[in-house]
Amino acid sequence: MITIKGLSKTFHVAKRSSGMKEAVKALFHREYTAVEALKDISFTINPGEIVGYIGPNGAGKSTTIKVMSGILVPDGGICSIMGFTPWQNRVAYVKHIGVVFGQRSQLWWDVPVIDSFELLRDIYDVPEQEYRSNLALLTETLDLKDIIQTPVRQLSLGQRMRCEIAASLLHSPSVLFLDEPTIGLDAVSKIAVRRFIRTINEEKGVTVILTTHDMNDIEALAQRIILIGKGRLLFDGSLDAIRSRFGTHKTLTIVYRNQPEPLQIAGAVVESWSPERAVLRVDTEQAVISDVLIDLSKQVELLDVAIDTQPIEDLIVQLYKEHQI
Amino acid sequence: MKAYVSVFKLRLFHGMQYRAAALAGIATQFFWGFIIIMVYEAFYSQGSIDAPISLDELISYIWLQQAFLAFIILWFRDNELFQLITTGNIAYELCRPSGIYGLWYAKLLAQRLASALLRSMPIIAVALFLPQPYQLLPPSDLSTFLLFAMTLLLGLLIMVALSMLMYISVFVTLSPSGSLLMFAVLGEFLAGMVIPVPLMPIWLQNIVNLLPFRYSADFPFRVYSGHIPYNDALTGILIQLAWLAALIGIGWFAMAKALRRVVVQGG
Repeated sequence: MITIKGLSKTFHVAKRSSGMKEAVKALFHREYTAVEALKDISFTINPGEIVGYIGPNGAGKSTTIKVMSGILVPDGGICSIMGFTPWQNRVAYVKHIGVVFGQRSQLWWDVPVIDSFELLRDIYDVPEQEYRSNLALLTETLDLKDIIQTPVRQLSLGQRMRCEIAASLLHSPSVLFLDEPTIGLDAVSKIAVRRFIRTINEEKGVTVILTTHDMNDIEALAQRIILIGKGRLLFDGSLDAIRSRFGTHKTLTIVYRNQPEPLQIAGAVVESWSPERAVLRVDTEQAVISDVLIDLSKQVELLDVAIDTQPIEDLIVQLYKEHQI
Repeated sequence: MKAYVSVFKLRLFHGMQYRAAALAGIATQFFWGFIIIMVYEAFYSQGSIDAPISLDELISYIWLQQAFLAFIILWFRDNELFQLITTGNIAYELCRPSGIYGLWYAKLLAQRLASALLRSMPIIAVALFLPQPYQLLPPSDLSTFLLFAMTLLLGLLIMVALSMLMYISVFVTLSPSGSLLMFAVLGEFLAGMVIPVPLMPIWLQNIVNLLPFRYSADFPFRVYSGHIPYNDALTGILIQLAWLAALIGIGWFAMAKALRRVVVQGG
């Protein structure tokens, strides 16, 4: 479905120090720094997959999405999506894809949402029947019924984002690129958007590529993650694979009756301590949780215990550290 | 093609909603029309030499100018398109299976048409019944009127093609104010919006005739009053068509070139 091989892209960014002197100098001579946004990125995505494409700010996520959606021409490498090279057969290709840029808007801001939808229907030349059934599905699953007649400028961010997502799917694309679709949404909207993405993936077999900074999105949706940093591919695999590689730590938060002495527990590292509360880190490869708990209950009178798996963010941070980005 | 028609309709109907703006516009245009006519009237009453255009013809020139201002002014701009380019929302337009040039052209055309439809009729209706010397005289016969309608429409198409170049230039400069100002000041002067072309010195008229601007304003207005005779008007239409083809061609090419090297920045 999607094959990317050795993709690279370099941007030339004009740089200038602050100050009057520098500003005048820049009038005559500009210095450019080459920023390698993508360095030799390769991966393959199969039909029907949901892939989380993650990385820190400025890693090259959006650049990759732009290349894959035909907006940006890369410097080198192969990108083949459903047999098309996006930037070469742009017009024929874009009929098959849907794109949502979380930070941008495709709806006409001063007309009702439905007018924008109908315009998109004509632009994509969607047959009336297909349009009706798509619209019905989208209206129901994204809960648009009450807002579809409202001009876009009067919608809240969450409402607008749901409309944006709907707008990208009116022409039944086979691939959907979502660039931070949940940015700025409240918990309810986020859950609605996630549920929706899962629905179209399962029912219509849409392949989804998703970039996000919200690891809950990834946990809820993606079977597979691709991690990039500074333009390089760092990890490509399942969430479980990352977990088993790094996620062997559990965090124990305990509350106990006043205890003036610091705790000493075999197999656990004390991360913070106060006379009433402590946070311990346990490496499950070296100690068994139940042993640690038994040991604890001997030393203090336990009032409350919470055991947390390492959050996915920490795993990512660890990955970043490992690759020094 | 369906997409272009759809954009056109959406903008046209939407543009016609702005009634308050239209009313204010009509008032302003009347004010200007009267003042300018008074100035020329004063000039003509003192003149002893033969004027290159009669006062009646000049007055119809001025009223038509005011009525169809939305067709011919260059600073009539769509900030949405500028924002699209400068904010990078154009990313979406680039993922559409249709040419951006056509979509934008349809949008701009509809906006000008909507704006002019609301304003021109009341202005013309009133101007036709004003007392002398302010009265707008009706065209001498039906064929003159048809010629006028045709040249005006072609002029509008030329003007939209010209303004497309302005939008395309923003891809390079990223700021609309510079190209807009240059375009507006020079273009409107050359279109005869400041001084009617027949009143310009001959050497300037020669320059103006070589450029496309006057074919959107000066030319149809003088066809209306009969200042440009029938045969010359037909030649003029051919020139209009040639300019239209050339301007659209240049715009299309420049747009394609700009889009190839466009970089949508930021996340």
